[in-house]
Parts: sequence; C-alpha cells; structure tokens
Amino acid sequence: MTCEELLQALNEYVDGTLDLSLAECQEFAEHLAGCNPCQIVVDNIRQTITLYQGQQVYELPAAFQDRLQQQLRKKWQEKFPRPT
Amino acid sequence: MVPVPPAAEPDPSDLDLLRRAGRGDWTAFEGLLARYQGRVFGLALRLVGHRQDAEDVTQQTFLSVLEHVDQFREEAAVATWILRIAANHALKSLRKRRGLPTTSLAAAEDPDDRYAALPHPRFIAPWRELPDQLAERAEVRCLLDQALAELDDKYRVVFVLRDIEELSTAETAALLGLTEANVKVRLLRARLLLRERLTEALGDEAARVFPTHDHG
Repeated sequence: MTCEELLQALNEYVDGTLDLSLAECQEFAEHLAGCNPCQIVVDNIRQTITLYQGQQVYELPAAFQDRLQQQLRKKWQEKFPRPT
Repeated sequence: MVPVPPAAEPDPSDLDLLRRAGRGDWTAFEGLLARYQGRVFGLALRLVGHRQDAEDVTQQTFLSVLEHVDQFREEAAVATWILRIAANHALKSLRKRRGLPTTSLAAAEDPDDRYAALPHPRFIAPWRELPDQLAERAEVRCLLDQALAELDDKYRVVFVLRDIEELSTAETAALLGLTEANVKVRLLRARLLLRERLTEALGDEAARVFPTHDHG
C-alpha cells in the first residue's frame, strides 16, 4: 500500500468502517506501522474530529430567545386553538 | 425529621415529548425547544456563517417542527428529524445569500469530487496538546470556528452534517442531492483541509516530520 492509497481509504479507517479484506487491513496496519508521517496524519485527523465534536453548544441571544418563544406560542395557539 | 424529597422522575424521551406535543401539549413542545434550540442555532451558524441568518433559520426550523408536530411518522429519531429540517432551511438560506441556484451544492460533475485530486498533507507534526486540553481555551475555539468558516461551502456543509451533527452518509447525501460517493470524497477533503489548518496552529514544529518518500 502506498501513502496515496492510504490517504484515499482514510475516512473508512478513521470511522472504523473499512470495507477491506483481512489482507488489505493488514496492509493498512503494516503501512501505518512503518510510516510515521501517515501515522501522524491519521492521529491529527482523529484529533480534529474530536475537537469539533466536543465544542460547546451555542447559546441563543436572549432577545432572540424571547422573540422565538413568543412567535411559537402565537402559532401554537392558532394550531391548537384552546386554552393551554 | 428531615422530609424525604420525592424521587426525581427520569427526563421524558424526545419521542414522549413529541407525542405529547402532537396532542397539543405546549409544555412538551417547550421541552423539545429547550433541548434542541442551541443545537439548531449552532448548526445554522456553522452553515450560514451570519448570526442574523442563523436566527432566521432557527425560527423557520421550529415553525416547521410546530407545523408538522402531529405528523411525525417515527421513521427516524426525533433529533435526526429536527436536524434535517434545520439543515434544509440552512441550505436554502446559504444558497439565497450566495445568489446560487438550488443545485449549486450538488454539481454532479465537480472534478474536486475525485480522489485523484486530494490535497496532500504538508505540515505533518503531532499536536503540542491533547484535544481535551485544547478545547478549554478560547483561542482554540476561535481557531475552530475560523478554520471551518474558511472552508468552501461544499466541504463545510458535509463536514458539519457528518462529523459535527453525526448524520449518516446516506442522510447527508439525500439532504444535499449528492451521491454517497461524493459525500465521502468531500468529507475526506474537508477533514484534510481542517487537519492542515489546525496542525499549522497546534502542531509541534520541533517534532515536524517530512515524508522520506513520495507522500502521496
């Protein structure tokens, strides 16, 4: 396996969905074991995904939150026209 | 005697809330809103990049959820249903802002969707710190937002839906009108571009390695 071939199969490897035969999997692992740059690139990509997935949830601006709530409440009363 | 507090009831599931909301229970709808408004706003902000547009998308999303609250067919998880609605509104908003036709993110013959044209890693170095240490720092959070915002729309959209919101390849392909193969290539390009950008900022220069053979 060349670095180029490894690069093309990176997604499947990182996501754990590598659709390869046992022999091809071994080839992938052997390449990584003998190729420090590829090993670092794989680690970097995993860390990139981890960082983005760990980001905090955005807070809604307070004024917008109030407006949103009011508008939804109004629409709700039109859709379910009875005391809530 | 110290009064014993009543045992806390487990939080209702999303599906419980949605079913109750579908029968006209406003409090249940408010519960769903509280659970998902931050996530929807974040998705919108990452896709459209403008606070005002992200607010509009969030509003349109929950108006759509409200309108169809009694028609949910339980074919997908509630979270996926809400995020799909949000992504659809965000994509419409993005196309409108860019003045693009609706098919613009789905050009089937895009030469960048081939593996042959993948960007090769240039700055290869282990990071100076681990992700959980980095995530605490405000400047890293800015770097993440900035790196994402700099990506071409077609890559950013796929990265946000697949890696941040964790939609499946098939769901992402259906939303964007792309083939699953195109989604995979765009995701790989997005990951490589973000890796490059983040490693330039977070990589350990002293431990930088250079491929000894043709790295690609």
